[in-house]
Amino acid sequence: MDFATGQHAFAQALLHADAPLPPGLTGARGVADAARFAVYRNNVHVGLTRALAQRFGVTERLVGGDFFAGMARAYAQDHKPSSPLIIDYGDDFPDFIAGFEPAQALPYLPDVARLEAAWTRAYHAADAAPLALARLAAFAPEALATLTLKPHPSATLLRSPFPAGAIWAAHQGAELADIEAWQPETVLVVRPDMAVNVHVLPAGDGPFAALLFAGGTLGAAAEAALNEEPGFDFGAALVGLLTLSAFADIHQGDVP
Amino acid sequence: MNAVPRDCLPARAGLGLKPEHYCHVLEARPDIGFFEVHAENYMGAGGPPHHYLEAVASLYPLSLHGVGLSIGAAGPLDTAHLRRLRDLIDRYRPQSFSEHLAWSTHDTGFLNDLLPLPYTQETLARVSKHVDEAQQAIGRQLLLENPSTYLLFAESTIDEIDFLEAVAERTGCGLLLDVNNVMVSCVNHRLDPTAYIDRFPVERVGEIHLAGYDETVDGAGDRLLIDAHGSPVKTDVMALYALTLARTGPVPTLIEWDNDVPAFPTLHAEAVRVDALIAGQAARRNVLKRAG
Repeated sequence: MDFATGQHAFAQALLHADAPLPPGLTGARGVADAARFAVYRNNVHVGLTRALAQRFGVTERLVGGDFFAGMARAYAQDHKPSSPLIIDYGDDFPDFIAGFEPAQALPYLPDVARLEAAWTRAYHAADAAPLALARLAAFAPEALATLTLKPHPSATLLRSPFPAGAIWAAHQGAELADIEAWQPETVLVVRPDMAVNVHVLPAGDGPFAALLFAGGTLGAAAEAALNEEPGFDFGAALVGLLTLSAFADIHQGDVP
Repeated sequence: MNAVPRDCLPARAGLGLKPEHYCHVLEARPDIGFFEVHAENYMGAGGPPHHYLEAVASLYPLSLHGVGLSIGAAGPLDTAHLRRLRDLIDRYRPQSFSEHLAWSTHDTGFLNDLLPLPYTQETLARVSKHVDEAQQAIGRQLLLENPSTYLLFAESTIDEIDFLEAVAERTGCGLLLDVNNVMVSCVNHRLDPTAYIDRFPVERVGEIHLAGYDETVDGAGDRLLIDAHGSPVKTDVMALYALTLARTGPVPTLIEWDNDVPAFPTLHAEAVRVDALIAGQAARRNVLKRAG
């Protein structure tokens, strides 16, 4: 058996718990011991599920350690890291949770996991100075509607039909905090400097922020927001997002 | 390239740098010989990992330890990963870079473990080619680490130490001697760990690793040690390390503690224990030199 064939057989046996041991293994007693091969299988699974538990700590608290371990194992079975960068592992775990039948009783779970995935992305994202309010002042008022804003490289905007941000915040301490209002939330995850921030945006700012993050002009975003909420305060919403460091740059016209 | 580069780690105890200890290390500036990080944890674009590593690397010698290059893979090295390593090495100029005699990649993805390979002329040629390519890509010597293994390959025709020495001979790489791995593999394969240390080509050793193992039994009820990195260095490994030092002389020695990471003082106490052994060895050598 050549090197590549042997390694392929080893990997196949590693990935399938019920597969027979790969050929060619032995030990001091002259036989291959299944308990020894199981150490390798276990290392792969424990390593990956541990990485998920570290990244998705609130998700784990919401479902309990045993349930989480089962869900993580099910994910890891079919989703191996695509590269040695374990810091990226689990980017699509929230989507997996959304389709994971036993978790359907907690419909908010995927969004809480999305928030946690965004937190790690923000932690490792490129550093950038947030867009300062003063940069806006350089444009004539009539030009404002044509401006587009480039999201900060660390920023993720999460629009959830659930209070995903409040649930996440309630699980940050040892004691569970109360969730004051069970309502849809738009959550901004961003790291302007060294600390990752999680902000729940004011109700009504969601459509505006979402359009800006999608690359729409300030004019289009304001119009969409006004359509949904006639009392929408364009200035307050824009200043609010800039104060939270949601953006890194500004462009005139649709094309950056 | 046979000698360890002059700008090298001090012959002291070093510790793994963990995010939970970043602030403590920068504020308290503990007397630690060097810090080591896993290269793959610093391959993000920015953020706190780079911020703190830059600060720590400006105060302490740095060892960069790769866990994902898959030097022992039958397939080719990942050129994107080599570029990431080169960028990291260019940025931080670590005093040492090391990787493993193991594989972890397969066409289904990254397997996230250090997997064993048979030792044959074919695998020796492949591993030597990979070490050579890696050293070319990163522009410096690497240290290749002996693995901990749980099983053997019937087709192996080369002894592990001979294999490591042959790779070093062919590529000019140095060796990282993981004394815990020696204990784990030797107990698991009913070999004498002292004999392993006695035969190891110590002149090629640029760094030593120590760690805590876990213990269980296999299907036949035989002792099975597992390389776990989640507890203090065991007494028998410390004793084997003392024997190792008597052969190598003072060598930079990392204490690996990657799981269930304790508070910093617990790690520091491990470093003090190791520093005392290194200092004792240095003193013995001085006395012998003067007497001789």
